[in-house]
Amino acid sequence: MGLQVLFFYLFAFIAVASAFMVIAARNPVYSVLFLILTFFNSAGLFLLAGAEFLAMILLVVYVGAVAVLFLFVVMMLDIDFAELRAGVLEYAPVGALIGLILAAELIIVVGGATFSPEIAKGISMPIPAVADRTNTAALGDVLYTHYVYFFQIAGLVLLVAMIGAIVLTLRHRVNIKRQSIPQQVARTPETAVEVITVKPGQGI
Amino acid sequence: MDAFVSTYVWPAIIMVAQSLLLLVALLLFIAYILLADRKIWAAVQLRRGPNVVGPWGLFQSFADLLKFVFKEPVIPAGANKAIFLLAPLVSVTLALAAWAVIPLNAGWVIANINVGILFVFAISSLEVYGIIMGGWASNSKYPFLGALRSAAQMVSYEVSIGFVIVTVLLCVGSLNLTDIVNAQSNGIGTNLGLPASFLDWHWLALFPMFIVFFISALAETNRPPFDLPEAESELVAGFMVEYGSTPYMMFMLGEYAAICLMCALTTILFLGGWLPPVDVWFLNWVPGIIWFVLKASFVFFMFAMVKAFVPRYRYDQLMRLGWKVFLPISLAMVVITAFVLKLTGAA
Repeated sequence: MGLQVLFFYLFAFIAVASAFMVIAARNPVYSVLFLILTFFNSAGLFLLAGAEFLAMILLVVYVGAVAVLFLFVVMMLDIDFAELRAGVLEYAPVGALIGLILAAELIIVVGGATFSPEIAKGISMPIPAVADRTNTAALGDVLYTHYVYFFQIAGLVLLVAMIGAIVLTLRHRVNIKRQSIPQQVARTPETAVEVITVKPGQGI
Repeated sequence: MDAFVSTYVWPAIIMVAQSLLLLVALLLFIAYILLADRKIWAAVQLRRGPNVVGPWGLFQSFADLLKFVFKEPVIPAGANKAIFLLAPLVSVTLALAAWAVIPLNAGWVIANINVGILFVFAISSLEVYGIIMGGWASNSKYPFLGALRSAAQMVSYEVSIGFVIVTVLLCVGSLNLTDIVNAQSNGIGTNLGLPASFLDWHWLALFPMFIVFFISALAETNRPPFDLPEAESELVAGFMVEYGSTPYMMFMLGEYAAICLMCALTTILFLGGWLPPVDVWFLNWVPGIIWFVLKASFVFFMFAMVKAFVPRYRYDQLMRLGWKVFLPISLAMVVITAFVLKLTGAA
């Protein structure tokens, strides 16, 4: 047990410290790298809580895909971050308010059972013990049966967002040479090559 | 105190010893894989390849190691020093870390975790960071272009690798790598009444996925014909242009460790891991690790042959292959596999 507590504090401390560095770092690339470190330590915390599936999905989705795109964008854009930073103190109260609301909501969701113990009894899908069922299987048990419609709707929402992004950036330009892959593949020596016998001294 | 030693200290010592053993074996294997890569490439082109250091050039990789280590590391003046040096470390550490969950034989695994395949997938999707960081920190045009290319390439091919893994998981019903190998001891062959053999492995049942996985693995590890991040005719050496001596060697090591990882993963997912090809006594008597290494080496041989005789893809062709060919095929195969398993009652 002692080792788990030690690792909890280690992960939690690094997660909070690197989350602070995300907003404190001067170079935006450092910010993204610290964000990645935060994700890593959150994955460690998930592992300690026994949620191995969530830990790995956090790494695959957020670190492996989302943060790569962040890094990509931050490296490509040449933003003057000193200018953006100028208004920090103006917006600080709004930021603090949003932070406070989020913290309150988190406390209500996570600590709800402490305020009113009867909430825990109303859970329709109780969480099986870690020893009985691996949590990948436990998630699968409810996600594709009991919550299948919600799951599909969540997928549709993402699809709509994706189509929206494509529609916004897609433009058909007329005077542009396009490649047609089937046409390229269908080419044969007969249609592509013309053999011309050149007479000496005359040219074509 | 005794309890402390028996619960924490002793397992920690055993784990460190196992990890060191695996690491040394892996690094030796990589040294010879590197040599094999050059030798096979040379043989295809009717050259001799490295043949000076040691008998048949067998010690070439070690000579290269010494050469890299004794050279002076040069850090460009405009480079971001910390990230410039961190990038090769990230690349090599991640590539070696994934080996912790790879089972080399029944029970021969350092960490037998429930979500082993997800761990390997997560690590292989993180390998892009070494390249992006190296390319950006070099503060130079060619490395940056190479890094951008590789970021897009690796993210694209991870998608189809993910779906291929899903089809295998549907057939197995577990995310544990040992379970995935054990599930291949019966399959198409045994259902037809034959004894357990190589016909049971997933390569036959999921043949299109086997091909898609092999090609995606080439793209994911930046091997030719998909080595656009370091295409020498376009980008000199891509993200590694500014690197030399030990940092360069670490990039190289990370790359080859990732290639070996992909070979091992192909072996586990599709070629039955440590299972013998036919269930007869003298083949069963051969240790599983030998079968595993033989199969992984065979997959690497295919990697090397592809490098030797397939011309490099153009970047738009690469993207088209990933998003317009592999993604629909693998997505359709997930649906088909799920239907077949449900209708035949196999899952």
